Formats: sequence, C-alpha cells, structure tokens
Amino acid sequence: MSGVPNQPWQRPLPELDPVSTHYWEAASRGELLIQHCPSCDARQHYPRAVCTTCGSTPEWQTASGRGTVDTFTIVRQYGMPPFATEVPYVVAIIELEEGPRMMSNITDCNVDEVRIGMAVEVHMVVAEPGVGIPFFRPANS
Amino acid sequence: MSGGNRQATVVGLHALPFSKNIGMTERNAGARAILGALDDAGLGAADVDGMFRFGWETTTELEMGRIVGVGNLRAFGEVGFGGGAGAPVVAMASTAIEQGVADVVVLWRARNRGSGGRPWVSQLHAEGQDQFERPYGLVRPVDGMAMHVRYWMHHYGWGPEVFGRVAINNRDHARNNPMALMQKPMTMDDYLESRMIADPLRLFDCCLETDGAMAMVLTTAERARDLPIVPAYVTGHGMGSGPEGYAMTFYYGPEMGVTPARYVAPTLWKNTGLQAADMDVVQIYDAFTPQIPISFQEYGFCPDGEAADYMADGANPPYNTSGGGLSEAYVHGFNLLLEGVRQVRGTSSNQVADVQHSLVTSGNVVPTGAVVFSKDPS
Repeated sequence: MSGVPNQPWQRPLPELDPVSTHYWEAASRGELLIQHCPSCDARQHYPRAVCTTCGSTPEWQTASGRGTVDTFTIVRQYGMPPFATEVPYVVAIIELEEGPRMMSNITDCNVDEVRIGMAVEVHMVVAEPGVGIPFFRPANS
Repeated sequence: MSGGNRQATVVGLHALPFSKNIGMTERNAGARAILGALDDAGLGAADVDGMFRFGWETTTELEMGRIVGVGNLRAFGEVGFGGGAGAPVVAMASTAIEQGVADVVVLWRARNRGSGGRPWVSQLHAEGQDQFERPYGLVRPVDGMAMHVRYWMHHYGWGPEVFGRVAINNRDHARNNPMALMQKPMTMDDYLESRMIADPLRLFDCCLETDGAMAMVLTTAERARDLPIVPAYVTGHGMGSGPEGYAMTFYYGPEMGVTPARYVAPTLWKNTGLQAADMDVVQIYDAFTPQIPISFQEYGFCPDGEAADYMADGANPPYNTSGGGLSEAYVHGFNLLLEGVRQVRGTSSNQVADVQHSLVTSGNVVPTGAVVFSKDPS
C-alpha cells in the first residue's frame, strides 16, 4: 500500500518564499492552487512570480483537484531516512484537468495498481501550521 | 597566438586508475591528471593559457592553475549541471582556441563519488523548484530518471530487455578494458534479477559510484603537428538546454519525454557538417541504461520510437567501448570523452576499425552537449 508519509511530518519541508507561501497556505485549507495569467490566459505550475508565457503577473486559480497520471516511479529501495521507512511509495507527475503538470505521491492504493492515464484526485496533508502538502489518490476511492 | 590552422585538436589525455577510494583529495587527483595529460601531449604547465571546468568541480580553475604551475589564463570558465558539462567544456575550449584567445587549454574532472558519499544526503533543503519535489521523496538522480523512463517505456513500448542489452553491451566492453571497474560477466538473467531501486530502474540500470580523475589537453591543429601524439580533431559540437530546462526533472514543459539532446542534435549536425550515419563509433552518456536508446533516437541514428528494434538488429555503431559509466567508471562522463579520443587515436581496448568520426554525448537529462572527434582535420 502506498500511503501518506509518516506522522508527524519527517520529510523535507518546503522553504516558503513570497510566491509559494500562498500555495502552501491554501493547501493547508484544502485548496489546490495553480496560476492563471489574466493577460494571455496561460496556466502554470509550479508557482512563479511571472507568467512564463508572456511575463505578466499571474493570478491564483483554484484547481478542481482532478487529474491523470502522466508518469511515475515506484521507489522501492531508499537507504536514507525518512524515506527508508516509507518505501515502497509512488512519485508521479499528474496532469491536472486545467492543463499544468505537478509532482505528487499517489496514496491509498497498492503501488502496483498505479498506471499511466489513471484518474486521480487531490487530498491534503497538513505538514505544519500553514503548510499543506497536496497528495493524490485514485479518483472516487 | 600561433598562425596556421587553428582547428581545435586534442593532444593529451590522462586518467588515474579508477577505484572506490582513490586515497587522495579531488584537488590532488585533478592536479595529477592534468600533469599526466600535459606529459602525454609533450607539453608543460607553462604552455597552458586556458582552463575550463565542470561547475561541480570543487577546485576552481584558478586554484588548480596555481597548483600545477599555470601562469596567466587567457580563457577560463565553467559549465554547470553535473554530467551535462563534458562536451560543453570541450566546446568552450575549442571556441577559445579557434577564436585565437588561447593556444593550449586544459579540461579536467576529479570526483570522489565512490569514497565521498552521496551528495543528495545534504540536499534535502527544499527551496525554489525543489520545494515542489523533495517533499514527495524525489531526491536521488535515479528517482528523477525513473519518471522519464516509465514514460518512454509506455510511449515506445520498451520492455526491460531493451535496457538489459545496454547493460550487457557495456559490461562486455569493460571486460576487455583493464581500467574498467566491472569485470564480471553479465547475462540477461543477471540483469533482470538485479533488485529494483526506483521502478522501472534496477541496480544494473545504474552507473557506478567511482573515485576518478581525468584530464584532456587541446591546442591548435598547427601546433599539434609538432607534438608526439596522434591528433584527434574537434570537428564540431553543439549544446542545448531544452525549453523549461531543469536538471533532470524537466516534467513541466510543453512536451513530456523529450530530452535536451533533441535540441542539441540540429546544432551538432549543422556545426559538424555530418550526420548520425557518418559516426563510426559513439560514446553515449550512460548514468542509466535508457539514456542510450533514447539518445540513438534523439541524435537521429534511428527514427523516433525505433531504437529497440534498431539496437536489437545491431544496426547501431559500436557504443560505449570502454564500458562507460555503467561498467568502466562514472565520473560525469569524462571517461567517455577520453574513450572517444582513444578511438580516433587507435588505442581503445575495444578498438573499432578505421574510425574517421567518433561521437561523444553528455548527460541528456540536464542541459548538455555533444562533440565529434575526427581523424582528419576539416
């Protein structure tokens, strides 16, 4: 079973910067944000200060949290804590319904059941106050 | 500045014995490799007026220059991104020589990756792009690579045997190379039974963890004529980062599965005036086995999606004739540069007959480059 990480959170924590703070804080409230450009309509992840298409300042948009698995690996051997006690786990690239791709883990299923093209949906784990980490599990699971 | 033909030419090579523990600092090993390569070329430190290094080299070119006794450097610099830097430092050296700003340029790589531990142990800090990746346990190079490989397997229909053939090819070559660390025979069963690390990548898909130090000396074709070596001429090179370029984790750009090598290839072939079919032997960057089939596709040796059949049919030129990163030594691909030159000199332990053109590529999943060494000046 590919599960959520050990609790309390032992993995590396994101180092918050002026842009990413909004993303992690929203996730701690259960909301997945992507960036949308009001000038050129492009959407992007990960969050950045400027639109990578036109250079304007992007706005935040709440994503549906639904997507599909584009590719993944099953980490089966890892010698270093905290991951040594969490193997096997699935790291995946998920293409969100809105277009951008993001990295996450696939949880709540056997690691051998994960497939490219699999429908997944977001759920959040609060790592510390104000920092929610988005995870994905099979849709409708 | 000397006159005559200024085409960049490799005139000196040296490698210290590869090992799991070289027993000296990277600085010391690098200095010995440089002095050895100058000796191979019949030159001395006083002749050197250019130095380029890998950005991850722990000793700067200024410090290394002081240690080995180099005077004024007229050309110097570095290329980042780990194993992508090999062909690009040759490109920088060649450009400096051909532009007339330096006459004798030294390149080197010294890395204690066998005895020095695993760099990601200290790279858990997650800022910038890393903050969106490391919390998910994507930390090691093998993890980042495995994501690409799963996509290629799905997209091209590759099974593990495609990669097993690569591992066996390189091991077979290593067994003829006394410098190579891996001398034990490998069968397809051995490969398939090796343990999964980051599925779909197995242990035998992964390169070695090596202490190694190597250096290369380049000068003009004109000056090379007076030196006691067989020259290897730099016919051309190319570099490329790809769009949305990241080191290894370029999953967020316009197209999944395409590596920076796809963007190097047009520059390389235009710059050399050659094409893939002209290559008599190739050294393809092999931190992981799947980099070889994808590179045969992306450098145009076979059409997109056909590398598995192309290689199974033996239609490819001989590749990774020293054993490469998988079975000779893994030192960010500098050993591939040396082997590419040896094939032109005629001194490989798996020498290919009548080599005119010898291709060497650098790490394809980071900003990278490729270079062609040739027997005759162009």
